[in-house]
Amino acid sequence: MSRNADNWLLKVTDLTKIYGEPNENTLALTGPEYNSNICPETDSIVACANISFDLYPGEVLGIVGESGSGKSTVVKLLYLDMEQTSGSARFMPYIDGSINMLDASSQKKRYIKNYLMGMVYQNPRDGLNFNFTSGGNIAEKLIMAGNYHVGDIRARASDLLIKTEIPVLRMDDQPVTFSGGMQQRVQISKAIANDPPLLFLDEVTTGLDVSVQAKVLDLIRELQQDLGITMIVVSHDLSVIRMLTDRTLVMKNGRVVEGGLTDQILQDPQHEYSQLLVSSLL
Amino acid sequence: MGYIAVKGGTDAIHNSQQLVEFYRLKDATTPLDIEQIRSQLRMAVDKVMGEGGMYAPEYAAIALKQSEGEVFEAAFILRAFRATLQRKYYSETLNTREMFIKRKISASFREIPGGQILGPTRDYTQRIIDTSKATENNEDIQKFLTEFRKGVDTEHLAEITTFAKVIDLLKNEGLLKPVDPNEDKTLADITREAIKFPAVRSARLQMMARAETGGLMALGYASMRGFGNVHPTVGELRYGPVPVRVKDASGRLRYIGKIEVTEAETISTGRTVKKKQPPSYTIGYGLCFGQNDTKAICMGILDTGMRSPDINSPANDQEFVLYHTEGIEAMGFTNHLKLPHYVTFQSDLKNLREAIKRSGKQKVEQPVSTE
Amino acid sequence: MVENNKYTNKYNFAFIDEATKKEIRRKLLKAVAIPGYQVPYSSPEMPISRGWGTGGLHVTLAIIGKDDVFKIIDQGSDASVNACNLREFVHQMTNCKTTYNTAEATLIQTRHRITEEELRDDQIYIYQVPQPEPLRSVERYEFKTRQMHGEADYAKMWVSLYESYVRDGDIMLGAGYPVMVNKRYILAPSPIPKWDVPNLNHSNALHLFGAGREKRLYAIPPYTIVDPLEFEDVKFHTENFSGTECYRTGYKKAFMDELYFDDGTKHFLINDSNFLDKLAEDMEPKQHANKYIDQL
Repeated sequence: MSRNADNWLLKVTDLTKIYGEPNENTLALTGPEYNSNICPETDSIVACANISFDLYPGEVLGIVGESGSGKSTVVKLLYLDMEQTSGSARFMPYIDGSINMLDASSQKKRYIKNYLMGMVYQNPRDGLNFNFTSGGNIAEKLIMAGNYHVGDIRARASDLLIKTEIPVLRMDDQPVTFSGGMQQRVQISKAIANDPPLLFLDEVTTGLDVSVQAKVLDLIRELQQDLGITMIVVSHDLSVIRMLTDRTLVMKNGRVVEGGLTDQILQDPQHEYSQLLVSSLL
Repeated sequence: MGYIAVKGGTDAIHNSQQLVEFYRLKDATTPLDIEQIRSQLRMAVDKVMGEGGMYAPEYAAIALKQSEGEVFEAAFILRAFRATLQRKYYSETLNTREMFIKRKISASFREIPGGQILGPTRDYTQRIIDTSKATENNEDIQKFLTEFRKGVDTEHLAEITTFAKVIDLLKNEGLLKPVDPNEDKTLADITREAIKFPAVRSARLQMMARAETGGLMALGYASMRGFGNVHPTVGELRYGPVPVRVKDASGRLRYIGKIEVTEAETISTGRTVKKKQPPSYTIGYGLCFGQNDTKAICMGILDTGMRSPDINSPANDQEFVLYHTEGIEAMGFTNHLKLPHYVTFQSDLKNLREAIKRSGKQKVEQPVSTE
Repeated sequence: MVENNKYTNKYNFAFIDEATKKEIRRKLLKAVAIPGYQVPYSSPEMPISRGWGTGGLHVTLAIIGKDDVFKIIDQGSDASVNACNLREFVHQMTNCKTTYNTAEATLIQTRHRITEEELRDDQIYIYQVPQPEPLRSVERYEFKTRQMHGEADYAKMWVSLYESYVRDGDIMLGAGYPVMVNKRYILAPSPIPKWDVPNLNHSNALHLFGAGREKRLYAIPPYTIVDPLEFEDVKFHTENFSGTECYRTGYKKAFMDELYFDDGTKHFLINDSNFLDKLAEDMEPKQHANKYIDQL
């Protein structure tokens, strides 16, 4: 996990997403100091603005904030699920990070998502096709990356299911028959099926029972240690961030209010909002 | 060996056609006069013109006669005929404010400019079978007409002309949602270009104007009952003739005749997108040939529905509504199931038999009868 | 002047007006230029029901010339009722010669079969297509399937084949087995049986597909690579007629109809009626060659 200025995996610069029709004052009139992300002059909504950070190979970055803080927007923009208003993201595995991947054609974006990224959504229905079996869901990701050998697909799918602690016997069952925790594990299997250099986790334990949450978090941590995947973890829950991440960005009203090593933020939060979050954790 | 593979296919078709004619004529009754159909089966003629997509009452009447009163079939005949005619002009937009009002009602206001004009409608009649219709003769008809005309004040009649529209009242008061400047106002021609999705509003309205009344009604009704979210008020429903004009080669407007249309403007509360904006009304629009209240109103409902897409409501889903209310395509495809399918079925059969063989069983187990 | 001939009953050559024919031909050229791409077209109403071959008719009528010899089959048979009806219509509107003889025809319109007899490079083969969209089984929305084709995003389709294999031990697709054309577009070869699918590959003839109700045209030009979708280890195969033979000719290497006689006995008969007639008359029609037939 060597970190120096040149070997970043993902370089995000001034990432901004605004809904509606902003004017020149919109950015100045929104943000944590106004406790609002709605522009009073134009009603446009600043989902996130001027987000910049570098992510290094093997690192786990947390983004924490309340709902509406823009943390999920950042992930959706980076996973190319929506289009940015402005800003750029360069991704080393895609043409050596030489161009802004957010401006790629939809065909290229599909390639990036299929081959170079994985995503685990809060709701398993967003990441899984409930009409397919769990094996079929994993197969989809493998096929997207050019694997057309059923035997190989099934071997890889059963490896992944073992890794995520799902009985291989359930491979040919549909995830609709699974518990929430199992569905989430299938989603994780699918997301890591192609050994992606970058994995996004968006509120993956929200909505699960506490005991199940712990298991899923353990699993993610083990996978991270075994495979060394670079991750961006989004959560409103600081305990999830504490357990999984090395470095954290705290977001509020569409802006990053504080960023740094997770341990440092937990021990000595600087921004008053971070202090509020940390005190509520203790 | 059934109706396939035999070489007598052509003969069979020919004989079948002879039988159709025979069944139409076998009782040797007085031939229906086209003029009779046109005037006495006015509603059927209107429906056929609407779904056939061609304003030609006389041809619609012929088609109805030819199809023994089967409206789907008659509309289909008319549409096929229409396809052989060249489109020489596009008319200018009809101005329904110029309509000579035969019927004009509003459910949203008690009084509207010019008043409520009920016009010809069965809405407030008892649907009791009138057996005197069975013995109606020319004398009865003449007697009715003479009586009726006595009661008509012809001078007063001239006063009925055109009136302001209900939507104008709402618009002047600022209650109507302004037209979205981003809405695609391209004027499509669905008879020349296949519809593409998402479809522009002009294409959606054209599709519905030719759609099958029953299909529109089923979906419009579903939307009101709860499988959708549009339950409008009828702002105004109008029926009457409007002038049609085309531009000639020199660019001059030419009046080419009148067509009768039913127009519905339905009012619903529009969804506000921006938070600080007050709510407003939105108008659903329906227009079809002839007198067909049901069709025009349901068009209005579905027009509103399709402008606020909602994945949980089929009636708000463009592709669902427009593909499946297209009566002539729906009828054709439904009936194509009668064509032989033995090649495709054989292919299927092979698969199923192999799969049963692979499962190790001889055949699918049948439930044991307990009797 | 606008004509006002009351009850006119004259039709243009080949029924459709020339402007519309031109439009259809232009769309066909586009279809040939982009093999497997579905081109939207006007699809005017025909005096034939939607779903009964209007798309095939549009193609036939748009390209037919006075010297063409027209053959039409339905489920392999020249004499099937719908084929007879359409043949008569085309004949009435063009006065072209019609034939049952595959070798004699220049235009062949078909519902759901390719002739067993090999096609030549001077023949055009026209399909009536009920559902042009091969992805419809995995995606109901047209605007999405168009996008999927645009981006060659076919994973869902492949997963459905995978799932079929997992569930039933084979890819349970019958007639209309999806094919990849020119290594780019997945195409629905109208519901021809799997038996016929290999004959699309590297064919001598031009294949044109018309889906009237759905308003789409597409094409497979001569000598184009057409691959049925198959996995590296789960292969496409044709219908298995092993152990059966035509009860009239004893021939084995053809797509068979399964017939039940009045006494309840089951027999097999060659489906392609013209091919059957030729065999029965001891002629030797040249059959399509492909690796699946060769294995028999």
